[in-house]
Amino acid sequence: MKFFFSSGHGACPGCSLPIAVKNVLYALEGKCFVVNPTGCLEIISSQYDRSAWGVPYIHSVFENAAAVAAGIDAALKALGRKDEGHVVVFAGDGATADIGIGCLSGMFDRNHDVLYICLDNEAYQNTGNQQSGLTPPGSNTTTTPAGKILPGKIGRKKDMVAFALAHKIPYVATASVAYPNDIRRKVKRAVEFEGAKYIQILCPCVTGWGINSNETIKVARLAVETALYPIVEYENGELVRVRKIKERKPVEEYLKIQRRFRHLFKHPKGREIIEELQRIADENAKRFGLDE
Amino acid sequence: MVRKVVRGFYAVAYAVKLCRPAVICAYPITPQTEIVENLATMYANGELGNCQYITAESEFGAASILVGASATGARTFTATCSQGLILMSEVLWNAAGMRLPIVMVIANRSLSAPLSIWNDHQDSMAMRDACIIQVYVENNQEAHDMIPQAYKIAENKDVMLPFMVCMDGYKLTHAYEPVDLLEQETVDSFLPPYDPPIKLTTKDPLTFGCYAPPHCYMEFRVVMQRAMMRAKKVMEEVFKEWAELTGRNWGGLIATDYMDNAETAVVAMGSVVGLVREVVEEMRKDGKKVGLVKIRSFRPFPTEELRKVMKDVENIVVFERAVSFGYEGPVSIDLKSALFGHSNAKVYSFAVGLGGRDIPRDLIRKCINNAIEGKVDEGFHFEGVKEFEEVII
Repeated sequence: MKFFFSSGHGACPGCSLPIAVKNVLYALEGKCFVVNPTGCLEIISSQYDRSAWGVPYIHSVFENAAAVAAGIDAALKALGRKDEGHVVVFAGDGATADIGIGCLSGMFDRNHDVLYICLDNEAYQNTGNQQSGLTPPGSNTTTTPAGKILPGKIGRKKDMVAFALAHKIPYVATASVAYPNDIRRKVKRAVEFEGAKYIQILCPCVTGWGINSNETIKVARLAVETALYPIVEYENGELVRVRKIKERKPVEEYLKIQRRFRHLFKHPKGREIIEELQRIADENAKRFGLDE
Repeated sequence: MVRKVVRGFYAVAYAVKLCRPAVICAYPITPQTEIVENLATMYANGELGNCQYITAESEFGAASILVGASATGARTFTATCSQGLILMSEVLWNAAGMRLPIVMVIANRSLSAPLSIWNDHQDSMAMRDACIIQVYVENNQEAHDMIPQAYKIAENKDVMLPFMVCMDGYKLTHAYEPVDLLEQETVDSFLPPYDPPIKLTTKDPLTFGCYAPPHCYMEFRVVMQRAMMRAKKVMEEVFKEWAELTGRNWGGLIATDYMDNAETAVVAMGSVVGLVREVVEEMRKDGKKVGLVKIRSFRPFPTEELRKVMKDVENIVVFERAVSFGYEGPVSIDLKSALFGHSNAKVYSFAVGLGGRDIPRDLIRKCINNAIEGKVDEGFHFEGVKEFEEVII
């Protein structure tokens, strides 16, 4: 069988990134060009002479994946090679929402025919869990450590779905590695649209989040079942589908099994943060009609 | 061939069009903007064939878009300068490492702070070590002619490196000059379509931009240096071919005038060369044994050529358009290094015209005379500076 993303790469045991990547590549039947900025996925898969990639792959720098993808799209058009495959970006949350947001906005604005996938593990995990714009409040990262005074990250998780929608691109969705069928369906649906597409996939990080390596999927599911990570799908700006939650779970269930949130249960400001996170979950449930 | 009086930016844009690029991408910055505006007009009028013209969100984005396009097998073009070039710099180093033959025109402009939109060479000098070929042109005909040559050199399989055609902002970009505009057939006969040995394609999936741990990084740098050194020979061959094709011989990595029996060599790059040549001619008429060395290729640096031509000179006068702060002018630094052990000439280095300060003919003559007559010390000087008092607060 032809491989698209080979085993033998350097991901940690329990890492969710290969799950997301393999499902996307599977959905596209390997007919794609992959652009990957600097980060976890790049480091585990692209060492010289040991590439895991069975599809054409390029890594340039940290903050320019969207622009590099735009250039591939332009070249394929100019050279009459559009039928060769789709242009896909796999970028981390930091590369997407922080350092690369300028290039991302430019690519969205020009509406290049690119599927941009944000593999959201909620911090700079390749370098050991530094906070990004997609780190949730209260998370204990090495640059927002829980201390005697501060309870981890202050501030909210950046709303990249709203950012994508603001550019009027034709397809925007979220997903979670807990639901691989949903990832594949969304990828297939996304590439039916000509123009820029954005899918943000929640990808738990075993080391950064402090979870057991056999609990990746469990945590990815709990994020959805608590409504902290709403699974939504927009086509041409209209919300067309959400993943409904049968019995919404309190956020504590999600928080207590992760080292990055454990301090919240004993920190003087922890209760406040837990309540804030519950409020965010409640808002999500109400806004998207998640409760069944 | 049609001789027309055109402005520098048009001469460049027209030559780019004749090279049939597949992807052009840029971000406006003075005084480069008119180059890409002219290309945008050609694009809007359907004159660029299947070319994709993209207006990027920044120079950083523009360079990144060209990395993707070039890696996919497209011939690419951009133009920038000054802050824009510095903003691109991370991506350009990356493009050189990935061996992508992106061709760009630098409308040389000074760097901020203080903000200045006027000409010197500080911007391209800041990219000196990035493994990008740098050729400085003297006039708009040379700029026009360099574009097809730049593609041919950059895309040569022995080279495969980005290429910067450096032309002085305003002084050339906005100057009206008569230019013999190339014919499409001439360029087509000279420059084959871009067909890279490797590219991103689903037919043969390859990994571009790998990461290299210490056990394999260094070899990548070795082959980059080799490519730069091989480029010298390729450039000489392409320059010669161009001279035979068009009858316009711009010289090799350097070009010289009046260097036979010269006791003093005057070195310059870019548009100031025209003025320096006139002053040298005048001084020759006065019986002074002065010659001109125009450096065309700053990277790769013409070490052997300079050693040869400077063999018997006693004085070397360098007109610098940039400063390596904390040392001296960048051209002198490299020149002295090249001549070490090969020449005992005294080297006088004069920084002139920084930030677009006028460079009067008298100033050039005075600098050369002062060096010949030993009225100034060897080493680095700023010339054309007002009397002023520095206030340290």
